Amino acid sequence: MLRFVVRRLLQMAGVMIVLSFLIFAWLRSLPGGPVSAILGERATPATRAALEKAFGLDRPIWEQYLLFLDRIAHGNFGASIRVQAGTDALEIFLDRLPGTIELTIFALTIAISIGIPLGYLAARRRATILDNVSIIGSLVGVAVPVFFLAFLLKYVFAVQLGWLPVSGRQTPTIDATHITNFFILDGLITGEYDAAWDAFLHLILPGLALASIPFAIIFRITRASVLEVLDEDYVRTAEAKGLTSRVIRGRHVLRNAMLPVTTVIGLQVGSLLAGAVLTERVFSFRGVGDALAVASTERDYAVLQMLIIAAAAVYVIVNLLVDIAYAIIDPRVRTR
Amino acid sequence: MKMSRRVLPAFAAGALALSLAACAESERGSGGSTLTFGAAGAPSTFDPFYATDGETFRISRQIFDTLIDSKPGTSEIEPALAESWTPDESGTTWTFKLRDDVTFTDGEKFDGEAVCANLERMFDQNPDGQTAGEYWGSFFGGFKNDAEKDPSLYKSCEAPDATTAVITIDHATASFPTMLSQTSFSMQSPKAMEEGDANGIKAAGEGFTFPENAKNPVGTGAFKLEKYDEANGTVTLARNDDYWGELAKSEKLVFRIIPDESTRRQELEAGSINGYDLPNPVDWNSLEEKGNQVEIREPFNILYMGLNLKDKKFHDLKVRQAIYHALNREELVKSQLPEGATVATQFMPDTVAGYNSDLEPYAYDPEKSKQLLKEAGAENLEMTFAFPTEVSRPYMPDPATIYDALRANLEAVGITVKAVSAPWTAYTDNVSAGKYDAHILGWTGDFNDPYNFLGSFFTEPVANDFKTSNISWGKKLAADLQAADAIVDEDERAKRYEEINGQIMTEYLPGFPISHSPPAIVVDGDTEGLIPSPLTAEDFGPVSVGGE
Repeated sequence: MLRFVVRRLLQMAGVMIVLSFLIFAWLRSLPGGPVSAILGERATPATRAALEKAFGLDRPIWEQYLLFLDRIAHGNFGASIRVQAGTDALEIFLDRLPGTIELTIFALTIAISIGIPLGYLAARRRATILDNVSIIGSLVGVAVPVFFLAFLLKYVFAVQLGWLPVSGRQTPTIDATHITNFFILDGLITGEYDAAWDAFLHLILPGLALASIPFAIIFRITRASVLEVLDEDYVRTAEAKGLTSRVIRGRHVLRNAMLPVTTVIGLQVGSLLAGAVLTERVFSFRGVGDALAVASTERDYAVLQMLIIAAAAVYVIVNLLVDIAYAIIDPRVRTR
Repeated sequence: MKMSRRVLPAFAAGALALSLAACAESERGSGGSTLTFGAAGAPSTFDPFYATDGETFRISRQIFDTLIDSKPGTSEIEPALAESWTPDESGTTWTFKLRDDVTFTDGEKFDGEAVCANLERMFDQNPDGQTAGEYWGSFFGGFKNDAEKDPSLYKSCEAPDATTAVITIDHATASFPTMLSQTSFSMQSPKAMEEGDANGIKAAGEGFTFPENAKNPVGTGAFKLEKYDEANGTVTLARNDDYWGELAKSEKLVFRIIPDESTRRQELEAGSINGYDLPNPVDWNSLEEKGNQVEIREPFNILYMGLNLKDKKFHDLKVRQAIYHALNREELVKSQLPEGATVATQFMPDTVAGYNSDLEPYAYDPEKSKQLLKEAGAENLEMTFAFPTEVSRPYMPDPATIYDALRANLEAVGITVKAVSAPWTAYTDNVSAGKYDAHILGWTGDFNDPYNFLGSFFTEPVANDFKTSNISWGKKLAADLQAADAIVDEDERAKRYEEINGQIMTEYLPGFPISHSPPAIVVDGDTEGLIPSPLTAEDFGPVSVGGE
């Protein structure tokens, strides 16, 4: 097990180094750059040249990359120009991460807690109304673009009904104290329960929008997987042995059916981060995704580099965790 | 299974505690009126000297004052921290009489010494600060330690007594002292600047890191910064109760960063913000129908189609006239631009001194256009014509639709147009580099000064976007504009600019002024006191919410 983890970690380091260079070069080959983003129509050749020189953008790419590595070695990831101007990219990432984690956990909780039971029930009651309705629901979840769903949710629950806030992470006038930047946790720690509740209310709509796709996928995979397992010989054997249906369901059906679902959940964590870019933007939710959206339109190189590499790292780590979870659920993976 | 039995009650208890807490009255955050405004982006700094963008200036304007300000709702200037200003005969030594009842929010007195400390601080920038101090660079030119290379308009500042500051400049120019109304040249507390190492800006990677001063602004304005909550995307300002002018109507002024336009609109509809800037023109009617107030500002901008005169094919005036006659600008303004937009007859709006009201718009006349092309032997004219993507500017809310209309006009007279586009972040770069034969671009004026428009376009003939150095009259036009700028007498100067505007449009025609579009700002039905400014320089002090 340990060797397995160590090998995967080493692979990960290699992936990250190659990736950092690719991202660095790719960003700089895109049309446009931070200089034009800053100056706009005020740009003159002289001001442009001065800014390029100040930012080191007039040097060859490999030199810029070496300087970049050198800066990172000194713990300096480059200052943002627009997302939070003047702030180091790593600090921005760390500032924004709690928000995205809060949102992702919430969305994933919704997706799993509805997706798995519903998938299981749909499989057990195959071809009933429940099954058909759930399938249609999951299709809609996948097919409706997140920004449209977000717009609709905001319109109905915030603008028309006024039950929930339109966007943001917290009502500004509530004047909450932030310690960890996990707003709900902060509210609980400091005893500002109204602030925690307010932050929770702000999570609901973006959480639902973000959960729509993973919910649909988890539901469908669970359903398919349970159906498959129900047909397995060992289930029939277990029934023949006279085991109670509760034991069969818990130990034989669910446990085996969960293997592919675990993989999918892991992959979904990665795509949740991607989904967060859109969701966070339309909900003005100050997370990593929102920072990434602003950074890409404004060509905020330092932040873009940091966030893309960090997102890749998260993806790789989640995959590793999934593999470990796999090994725990299915002992055969460990011995291989 | 076992797990859930243990966890469920815990969850239920937690939820109960939360909902109970929600009922409890918050003890933090005082009551009182709060004006909440939806900002499209985060402020890039709280030191306006290093700022270039509207979102930053909007916040700075509430915290700081300038010596001279624009009169609310106009592009005219009026006294602010300075009560009066008089030049000597040469127009190079200016004596400013200052208000003597002003203190900074840190308790420091505002006086002549403070004015000079500010100007000296702006002048004395390190190399990174010189790059970041964009507005100083474009209005004053050089800085203290590169004065030989790049002469500065600014020479010196003296404070003979507490209510006087004498500023000496290198040569007379119409834009001084008007340029001191720019938010970048706001008066900051000298003590705060010293404590916050105001000039300690440094390049770090592809950006700048700012000193403490840029995070703790201390000004004399109607509001002071209370908190910038980066994690929640809100900037909270509190009323300055010692303000020298009329006290702000709202106790708190909150800017919420909402990057998505449709979300800003929904926030306004839900009543969680009181207003936002630059509502999409297609929303104007429905916003008004729902009881909001869409305040249309007077247009203070110009949209033009620019030409790259480096290419000889445009050197025949007839070719340029043919292009202009091909453009159906009436139709464009009516169908593609917001209500209140007008067809342009020259490179500046009519509110700027020196506007030539005798000029008639070039008529839309495709037949004449074809005729002129034929006379010039340019029936097979081909050109690359570019537009920017991923951007909306006050003078062009939607560049692509404006572009499509212009391109159709050109093709209708037989010109072959090769369409190209680039994201905004690359577009202006490509335009300056002369990569396109023709492009659309524009300008929003900083203040009421013809040189701020014409000078930006046609001086520096080698480097300007029109590449006018390649054509016979290019250098003369640049020299004429510079000479006009140095005329001290206002009326005489305006007259000279009128002549030059006439020349530009009839003899030179370096490009094609298209239109002036009014940007709007929207507030809800209960918000009162907002005076829309053509310079987008609104003060939030007089604005009250909820009809209070």
